[in-house]
Amino acid sequence: MATTHIHTHTDVHHDDHEHEHHEGNFWTNYIFSQDHKVIAKQFLITGIFWALFGGTLSVIFRLQLGFPEMSLEWMRPLLGGWITPEGKIDPEFYLALVTMHGTIMVFFVLTAGLSGTFSNFLIPLQIGARDMASGFMNMLSYWFFFLSSVIMLSSFFIETGPASGGWTVYPPLSALPQAMHGSGLGMTLWLVAMALFIVSTLLGGINYITTIINMRTRGMSFTRMPLTIWAFFFTAIIGLLSFPVLFAAALLLIFDRSFGTSFFLSDIYIGGEALANVGGSPILFQHLFWFLGHPEVYIVLLPALGITSEIIATNSRKPIFGYKAMIGSMLFIAILSFIVWAHHMFVTGMNPFLGSIFMLLTLIIAVPSAVKIFNYVTTLWKGNIRFTSGMLFSIGLVSFFLTGGITGIFLGNSAIDIQLHDTYFVVAHFHLVMGSASFFGMLAGIYHWYPKMFGRMMNEKLGYVHFWITFVGVYMVFFPMHYIGIAGFPRRYYSFTNFEFASGFTDLNALVSIAAILTLSAQFIFLFNFFYSMFRGRPAPANPWNSTTLEWTTPRNPGHGNWPGEIPAVYRWPYDYSKPGAKEDFIPQTVPYSETPESNLPHENELIKLESSNGNAIVVEGDKH
Amino acid sequence: MTTLIVVLGVVLVLMILYLIFRISTLVSVAKSKKETDVDSSNSTNALLFIVFMILGLGGFFWYSFAHFDSYTLPVASEHGALTDKLFWITMAVTVVAFVIISIIKFVFLYQYQYKEGRKAKFYPDNHYLELAWTIIPAIVLALLIFTGLRAWNDITAPASEDAEVIEVIAQQFAWTARYPGKDNVLGDYHYQKIDAINEFGLDLTDNKTFDDFKSLELHLPKGKEVLLKIRAKDVLHSVFLPHFRVKMDAVPGMPTQFKFIVTKTTEEMREETGNPEFNYELACTEICGQGHFSMKMNVIVHTEEDFAKWKAEQESWLSQNPDYLKNVPAGLRESAMIKAGISAETGMKFTQGDFGTAVGSN
Repeated sequence: MATTHIHTHTDVHHDDHEHEHHEGNFWTNYIFSQDHKVIAKQFLITGIFWALFGGTLSVIFRLQLGFPEMSLEWMRPLLGGWITPEGKIDPEFYLALVTMHGTIMVFFVLTAGLSGTFSNFLIPLQIGARDMASGFMNMLSYWFFFLSSVIMLSSFFIETGPASGGWTVYPPLSALPQAMHGSGLGMTLWLVAMALFIVSTLLGGINYITTIINMRTRGMSFTRMPLTIWAFFFTAIIGLLSFPVLFAAALLLIFDRSFGTSFFLSDIYIGGEALANVGGSPILFQHLFWFLGHPEVYIVLLPALGITSEIIATNSRKPIFGYKAMIGSMLFIAILSFIVWAHHMFVTGMNPFLGSIFMLLTLIIAVPSAVKIFNYVTTLWKGNIRFTSGMLFSIGLVSFFLTGGITGIFLGNSAIDIQLHDTYFVVAHFHLVMGSASFFGMLAGIYHWYPKMFGRMMNEKLGYVHFWITFVGVYMVFFPMHYIGIAGFPRRYYSFTNFEFASGFTDLNALVSIAAILTLSAQFIFLFNFFYSMFRGRPAPANPWNSTTLEWTTPRNPGHGNWPGEIPAVYRWPYDYSKPGAKEDFIPQTVPYSETPESNLPHENELIKLESSNGNAIVVEGDKH
Repeated sequence: MTTLIVVLGVVLVLMILYLIFRISTLVSVAKSKKETDVDSSNSTNALLFIVFMILGLGGFFWYSFAHFDSYTLPVASEHGALTDKLFWITMAVTVVAFVIISIIKFVFLYQYQYKEGRKAKFYPDNHYLELAWTIIPAIVLALLIFTGLRAWNDITAPASEDAEVIEVIAQQFAWTARYPGKDNVLGDYHYQKIDAINEFGLDLTDNKTFDDFKSLELHLPKGKEVLLKIRAKDVLHSVFLPHFRVKMDAVPGMPTQFKFIVTKTTEEMREETGNPEFNYELACTEICGQGHFSMKMNVIVHTEEDFAKWKAEQESWLSQNPDYLKNVPAGLRESAMIKAGISAETGMKFTQGDFGTAVGSN
């Protein structure tokens, strides 16, 4: 039977643990650590660095857009020749800023920083495992990411500057060094860094999937997994299937750039000469890119949604509404995410018939997304809501997901997209629904699991201030962009002075820039809170949020192996909050039904027999003393 | 010096903030208040959500109505009127949903904020409810999809036979237009034939090229279907005609096209907008390098008669560059000279020294 099988598994890990319990030195404990918790923190700290870096880039180009008359001479010590003699940002460097902001935020912050941190940290803790299936591969995953980061960062220090053809790096622009400076060495570094990044993601993803399938503790059936784990599981699968396609695209682009092939190049006359390349197709690259690019949106978003589900249920003191519907909608989103990619390409010259197919599929994906929003709102209904910092950011996510998701209905409609494509409407849409929503999911996760990560509490008051400035700030940055987009302002424009139709809105653009500066500044409140609390925060109780899931049964600072004794067994789903009849308003997953006769539902009483027949109840008795 | 003062000021402010933080922390410790206790800030946060909702929705509606004219571009094409209609229908549907869900969400946050002693309702699922909000959005979306599909199919359907064919060519960082001349057919081209003068890459062995002419402005007729043929020489670009709701990428190696009917001449638009300076514009909307933001072409819309008149006045490309006659096969030269409108003596001058010296000091 399945239950006995699981039982033997745990025994094996128990032995592992005894074996692993040795003191390492500084290098093996903190640098080349194989402990999933340390690796998670490494991803987190690197992610925070990149978030600040990417955010700063955006503020620099917002200065140009919001205050085109302003002299940026004062940035010359930092940017040197990228400030023109007139004290403006060089137009080509502007494009580099836009490109690197996108690349860094999408991949390094919201993929590695979010998935890397929370998949690593929470999967073993929430399913009851000592560590990842392969600690070594997990360590490699971080160090490939680190290497990739170093290479990407180094492209800022070369003469021709970093890649600057947009984060989508469409050839031929990205393939021809004569088209712009950034397509030279900067683009080579971009491609190498991304190749390493993909290796890192795949190593991580394989580990997440293997761990979730094989290493769940006794009783942790799939339907008893927290939604966070479900989200990480789907995310890892999507990543595993789609990132290799980007790898192929990057490889072919490298061939085109360096070895004279013509995968994406054809009929080009540039710099006074006709190139020999014929037969390639730039559209092919777009297909390959968006075959990753669109699932990537969900790679970024699903973990944030998982984290939010957990935090909203905990702090509403209610079970998440429609647990199975939530899993179903995530599954549906995961599948659909693979067959909507060409909605990014309605007006690229792709066959219009394909356009209509992709429009149909795209709007279908709105249905499971809507279900998720309704389920979140219903979870709040008749709750007993505590506004912790984590809860505030989760609510912020739901708000952004709604606001940004709704504009997706416009853009998914190919007829309407003709006008809106590549305008600020698109910028507003994806920054809200994917950028800000996922970013808020990440912050929510940090606030919520900080006590488990560092054994101390973050300051709640500072968390509130951080939330309100950021929440209002993000809306002030991205909401006005809808108007600017409806007016037809194209994105990636260095200035709007050349066009009559796009000459207005200097007021809104200035407002957006001021809000962006304010929002970035507010993040320093978070940084202070984060590092200060690490050393001076109030020591965290074992289960500060009165949560049901397994990670809160570990000691305050769990060592390598997570639980000092045997791994606890699981008897119930993770959302037994405010169960009628129960003494407390939460029942941890480790409490068997046999101990809670007062709150059991009829079908749960029948499960009691199963609990005692395989001896689990005895284990729990032991834990209690 | 000023830098130093600014830096010192910032440091001072940060120190004051830190002190305030420390003092408030110490005070709360002295009061022995546990931070996890749900305190007054819980209700403050709940209230702030209501304030945020009122100000946010209020600001949204106020700006959307008060500044309607500043963010809506006048529309001047047949399909544009239709896609605009779809846009506003979608807007109506989604704004209703958005407002309802937002209000419910924020009101729940306020109404169900923590109260001591109250127990939340254990409400794990309700299949009817879930079914309802799966099916209702699905139906609404299906309606939007079908209206959108019909519009899309019409817009992308093949152009009619007698459409005015105009070619727009993109390169870093300029647009040029090629018109088919009197024969109304664009001649062949090949990218290998492009040079500094033959910027279209005209293939002069094709007799359709002889009367093609070039324009640096895009002239369009009102009320007649225009088929824009679009190509790029170097990297991706995108033709964006905001007032006509037209957008289509220009792809090297893969010609694209877009058909549309303009409904207002430049003059009519100047009257409508009350702006005597008004001009239609063509912008690039696909990142193409340093000059992306300045890649502009002026667009002029005539009445059909004026357009025909303008067209008739244009000199063919070949007549402007008669030295290229030598690239025309000998057997076609005569007809080329007639079609391009080159006088016999000019023609003689440029073909006599064939394969020799006469070509192109000027």
